[in-house]
Amino acid sequence: MTATTLFEKLWQAHLVEADGDGLPAVIYIDLHLVHEVTSPQAFSVLRERGLRVRQPHRTLATLDHSTPTTPPRADGSRDYLDAATEAQVNALIRNCADFGIRLHGYDSPDRGIVHVMAPELGATQPGMTIVCGDSHTSTHGAFGALAFGIGSTEVGHVLATQCLLQHKPKTMAVNVRGRLPAGVSAKDLTLHIAGQVGVSGGTGHVIEFRGDAIRALTMEERMTLCNMSIEMGARAGLIAPDGTTIEWLRGRREVPQGDAFDAAAKRWLAFRSDDGAAFDRSIDIDAVAVTPSVTWGTDPGKVVAIDAPLPAQNAANARAFDYMRLQPQRPIAGERVDVVFVGSCTNSRINDLRDAAAILRGRRVAEHVRMLVVPGSERIKREAEAEGLDRIIRAAGAEWREPGCSMCLGMNGDIAKPGELVVSTSNRNFEGRQGKGVRTVLASPATAAASAVAGVVADPRAYQAEVAA
Amino acid sequence: MSGIERIESRSVALPVANIDTDQIIPARYLTTTTRVGLGQHAFQDWRWRADGSPNPDFVLNRPEHAGAAILISGDNFGCGSSREHAPWALLDAGIRAVVSTAIADIFRNNALKNGLLAIVVSPAEHASLLEGAGESVSIDLRAQRIERAGHAPIGFAINAFARQCLLDGVDELGYLLARTDAIARYEGARA
Repeated sequence: MTATTLFEKLWQAHLVEADGDGLPAVIYIDLHLVHEVTSPQAFSVLRERGLRVRQPHRTLATLDHSTPTTPPRADGSRDYLDAATEAQVNALIRNCADFGIRLHGYDSPDRGIVHVMAPELGATQPGMTIVCGDSHTSTHGAFGALAFGIGSTEVGHVLATQCLLQHKPKTMAVNVRGRLPAGVSAKDLTLHIAGQVGVSGGTGHVIEFRGDAIRALTMEERMTLCNMSIEMGARAGLIAPDGTTIEWLRGRREVPQGDAFDAAAKRWLAFRSDDGAAFDRSIDIDAVAVTPSVTWGTDPGKVVAIDAPLPAQNAANARAFDYMRLQPQRPIAGERVDVVFVGSCTNSRINDLRDAAAILRGRRVAEHVRMLVVPGSERIKREAEAEGLDRIIRAAGAEWREPGCSMCLGMNGDIAKPGELVVSTSNRNFEGRQGKGVRTVLASPATAAASAVAGVVADPRAYQAEVAA
Repeated sequence: MSGIERIESRSVALPVANIDTDQIIPARYLTTTTRVGLGQHAFQDWRWRADGSPNPDFVLNRPEHAGAAILISGDNFGCGSSREHAPWALLDAGIRAVVSTAIADIFRNNALKNGLLAIVVSPAEHASLLEGAGESVSIDLRAQRIERAGHAPIGFAINAFARQCLLDGVDELGYLLARTDAIARYEGARA
């Protein structure tokens, strides 16, 4: 029997019709996640054509992108950015009611960023195909699910047929060997890999992250890594399920319970690449060499170790230097910071909030810095508050907000001012991503918190050493 | 969507690498529930100054490029988010084809579903197209060729199914809906 990759097993298991004769494959979708921004046009197509949602029980919706992160007013109303964002939220509420789709709206104790919420509920499971009108759907690949972002037209296809037309991507192995040093997080590893692969290195491929450094990651850390596969050009990132995956999922609401869970776990663990399976491309990363890393440019592939100098200027990076107003061949550490954001589908989970709080504990955010901490879901917010993290964060002078995508893309009005420098735990540092003219430095939660305290881009290890002492 | 056989227009060059979907249309304009009227925000932060006046330095604002429908862009065009608002905005702004050395996966998918040609050429062909920016270009979709006066035609690959849908002016939903029986069989076999 031929050794096959995890991707190939996922692909074969979901083939309604194989490709051939110039025709694409028809792929079955197990879970379709829906949010307010990319779905209204798809529901309009269903209405125009008189179609229904084929499998409402395979569809799960939430409100996250346009929602305010300030609490509701006493009368229950919310502080939307404008009438359009409110109308978009209300459109999804109405569409879900009309088409029989489960919505975790404001009244749900489970509402959250779509890529945080679905795994928490156990809706994300190994061996599945998962899509959403959102490029960070790659997050769910952390569970060994084939998960990728789609456009609104394809959202309509999945709503109507539970299927997508797909051309088979290539495979790419990213082998991460060794152990991450102390004080180096999964986000640092992620940024380091993005710097190595580059923003288009994964285009046309599905990445499988492999190796002992990957096996040592928690599920939350694996989600951080797979989340940013798209920043390497790959629509999907994968990590094969293992004991860590199974124990994380056990007991969650939407997974099978009791004996049925053990049977499912046995089935799930078969979703792994066979020994000797061939990948179209392969790269090796040495985990031991990874240090706290940040981006310095205007794409997520422009990454630098926090204690290293920036590259020399050349034709390919001159525009990024100009926009970021940074000096070539000088370290980014020490650069004045205006805003710090801890949140997003990359880094808003409980471990991320703990990492930030560990540095903020007993310290103050610098006078000139504004810091927002936005939990990824209602569930994480409750958990953090039960641990007292919110009190540490508030006592340090940071703002503790309601769950949502918030400043990652600023759709809800959580943005910085032109020219400001934001140290952000999110996933994209594109020009204007966090507000027109705003400069974004992507970083780990620990680096973000250390930078908030220092008032400048700062290496978190000094602060962590003090914590440990 | 009517069928597309050929796109004829002057070309315009935007040779910036990694033009992401936030540049094509910033997130703050994604609050719409329709797909119309997004062209005014295409390349918003490059095209308009803070006071709302056109940025005279931005290539698409220059009078000599008015009406240009074929965009020769830098490498890795359309990276970033899955927002289909990106091709909607470009089409509404009059762009009908993007030619680059690489185009991001999700953007290309979205573009082809909306009749925006997303074409990848070799670095040498790309350099030649950039050099000739402003010239009349004809893209023959059926023959899969980019034609210019005084140059050999440039052949390009395009997904056969997407090409046929574009030529016929049909969308893919009809094709999928016609597979309902196969989908039901798949669901039945797994139940």
